[in-house]
Amino acid sequence: MSLGDSGDGLRVRPYAITRGRTRAATDVPIEAIVYRTPKGESARNSMALERGQILQLLSTPQSAAEVSARLRLPLGVTRVVLGDLVDEGYLALNTRSASGRPDLRLLERVLDGLQAL
Amino acid sequence: MASKPSEMVMTDDSALDSSAPMPVKIVVAGGFGVGKTTFVGSISEIEPLTTEAALTKVSENVDDTSKISGKTTTTVAMDFGRISLGSDLVLYLFGTPGQDRFWFMWDDLVRGAIGAVVLIDTRRLEECFPAVDYFEEHQIPFVVAMNCFDGQVTHTPADVREALAVSPDTPVLSIDARERVSTRDTLLELVQHALVRATS
Repeated sequence: MSLGDSGDGLRVRPYAITRGRTRAATDVPIEAIVYRTPKGESARNSMALERGQILQLLSTPQSAAEVSARLRLPLGVTRVVLGDLVDEGYLALNTRSASGRPDLRLLERVLDGLQAL
Repeated sequence: MASKPSEMVMTDDSALDSSAPMPVKIVVAGGFGVGKTTFVGSISEIEPLTTEAALTKVSENVDDTSKISGKTTTTVAMDFGRISLGSDLVLYLFGTPGQDRFWFMWDDLVRGAIGAVVLIDTRRLEECFPAVDYFEEHQIPFVVAMNCFDGQVTHTPADVREALAVSPDTPVLSIDARERVSTRDTLLELVQHALVRATS
């Protein structure tokens, strides 16, 4: 696999954006849906760099993975920046609690949803 | 390159603010070139996206990158897609990185997942052994899906079940990853299997 050969490679070490941190206080799972809070809504045009790009992109709620892919920001970095923005009250996130498997009710809803496709 | 928000058309009109949907995920595993991205793409409402993870850990097989001159950041790509299930639920399908040395990413990937689809090419059956081992070990519900290239069925599910030595209750299916209906039925089979596992 030879990814990253496509030209616009990273010019700085990826975690420079997060000042070297690979974890934020708030853990953001890859599938977690992030969306703007009212505070994030008002700050969307005043924030710089990645944080500003994220706030603008989130005019539509979407997952951490989508934010990473659309902004071409490595997944780990994206999760730290998103976690920071959640901690600071600019974003909120929807994610299922902790690490357990989905419960019966949720599985049934997924089943119904797939059957309706 | 700037992102193009105009591309992200959400099909449901309910995705506003705090009414953002709840995510669930299914992992799609299998060897390189077995059709994971095809599988995801056949049902995803968005073009499958790719996210890259910078390698900050390196497995024992390729340790000491300092000896490789000119070596910079290595990345590993992961393809994924999205399916809205009604207005308040969205299912993400994550393809696993194809190479074994990216195992450390799997724990993160399967955490909280409904389960996994192990895609196999019966001509290269052995490539799925590590994935099957992983899901059995971590007690993740999974189904085995034989991707029948060109509609050629060379092995029966019974043959494959025997070759993989998976438990009798693990579904083994014959599918066509290019076909939306076939992909959907595979996901249905997995969710049903996860339901049975959750109740037993």
